[in-house]
Amino acid sequence: MRNLTYLRFELLRTLRNYRFLIFSLGFPLILFLTIAGAHKNLKLDGISFPLYYLSGMTAWGTMSAVISSGARIAQERTVGWTRQLRVTPLKTSDYFLAKVLSGYLMALLNIVVLALAGTLIAVRLSAAQWLTMLGLILVGLIPFAILGILLGHLLTVDTLGPVIGGGTSLLALVGGAYGQLATGGPFLAVVKYIPSYWLVQAGRSALGGGNAWPTQAWIVLAAWSLILARVAARVFRRDTARV
Amino acid sequence: MALIGTREDGVRLTDLVKSYGDVHAVRGVTLSIRPGETVALLGPNGAGKSTTIDMMLGLTRPDSGTVTLFGSTPPEAVRAGVVGGMLQTGSLLGFLSVRELVTMVASLYPHPLDVSEALRLTGTTEIADRLATKLSGGQTQRVRMAIALVGDPDLLVLDEPTAALDVESRRDFWTAMRAVAAGGKTVVFATHYLEEADAYADRIVLMARGLVVADGPPTEIKARVGGRTIRATLPGIDQAALASLPGVTRADKRGDAFVLTCPDSPASDAALRELLVRYPTTSDIEVRGAGLEEAFLDLTGDESSEATTA
Repeated sequence: MRNLTYLRFELLRTLRNYRFLIFSLGFPLILFLTIAGAHKNLKLDGISFPLYYLSGMTAWGTMSAVISSGARIAQERTVGWTRQLRVTPLKTSDYFLAKVLSGYLMALLNIVVLALAGTLIAVRLSAAQWLTMLGLILVGLIPFAILGILLGHLLTVDTLGPVIGGGTSLLALVGGAYGQLATGGPFLAVVKYIPSYWLVQAGRSALGGGNAWPTQAWIVLAAWSLILARVAARVFRRDTARV
Repeated sequence: MALIGTREDGVRLTDLVKSYGDVHAVRGVTLSIRPGETVALLGPNGAGKSTTIDMMLGLTRPDSGTVTLFGSTPPEAVRAGVVGGMLQTGSLLGFLSVRELVTMVASLYPHPLDVSEALRLTGTTEIADRLATKLSGGQTQRVRMAIALVGDPDLLVLDEPTAALDVESRRDFWTAMRAVAAGGKTVVFATHYLEEADAYADRIVLMARGLVVADGPPTEIKARVGGRTIRATLPGIDQAALASLPGVTRADKRGDAFVLTCPDSPASDAALRELLVRYPTTSDIEVRGAGLEEAFLDLTGDESSEATTA
């Protein structure tokens, strides 16, 4: 992305959407403060419960942020703005990249807000641990950013809310963001093929108490990213050929 | 991006055909537009104007035929930033002021106009700090024109830019448009208002049922489609008496009612005056511009019946 002016206005638009900003930063924060705050001294899987819950809420919040950002393409398609952009020299890849970067900006804000709240509640991590967590989350979000762009071409403005809300909650639930659903057995084996599981683990592995990211995590994330990108590219071509 | 052709090649549409399922939207349009010309695509809804414009902008791929813009394909020309488009539908992007939005679009072009200049030309300076989504219809259209214009394109394509506007907003829009076209740009706009095409274009391309049915200077086209009709009721009047009224080219009886066809408004004025002098009891009088739709039916003649069975 060479056009920083375009990117700057895209980011500005994201930050000015106060309603979205408040809800997407607020929900994970409130859940974290009430639930983790009430069980400050609890230990789970060998790590303190606030740490455990912090990683879950971070995964949920950041995942919602990047999916919503891409999915907002649906709205711009509906009002004809994407058609307007198609008669300008803007490259499609730059349009998508700006959406992904807007999503990552929201994700970063989510991480910062939750990290501050965590520190307040007595989560203590070293700088190296925070950075590991940050890095793994940013990588773990890639398939969800692509999923957002895909949904932006499949959904309409009417279906956007329920699908994004329900979908991310389901992905977060199965991935263990609200609490690990399975600690073993066939269910866990299946869950390990879902990228949101590894996003939750990204937070936990950096905390030193959970399972670290094994090779399987990288393979699952890469595979999902590739498959979703393929489908998104196909849907995009179909979409632009029709109008 | 190096363009293959030059600006002198202008805009060329050759044998364009586009169907959507059973709907033959464009059925073989060939058109050559010189650089600097302002051309109106005039026609009723469903004439194929929007489809033609979409193909011109590279938004729709023709089933057959070619489009070149200054010697390049539409996608090449769009990427090179020599095209500005104002599409028929769509609202503006949220959470940005008018000035920010125009600046954002300007940044996409290699040699944009100064943003203040684009705002001034389109009469949007006063609303520059308002949110782009909180504007009236007329203001929105002028901002959309600023967006189409700010890249300083050689070719400006506008698809029914005044379709949803009231009379005053339309006038403001075209005042702004005139200032823009005076800069030597090639301008193509679609409209279904004959008066607009007449007042603002050097040349009118009349479209109906996916075909070009007439192409020429506004005076010529206007003479062909600018008629008036007078409808009124007068029991017992005979057709020959009506046909003998001044300015009337045709008289039709429909029971007690009749319809007089006149070539233009001076003729219909003369006919109406004489009608009331000779037959003061005439009632239910209605004078209308002959709808473009009717004019097109006349112009297309046999071809239209072929089109409806196609």
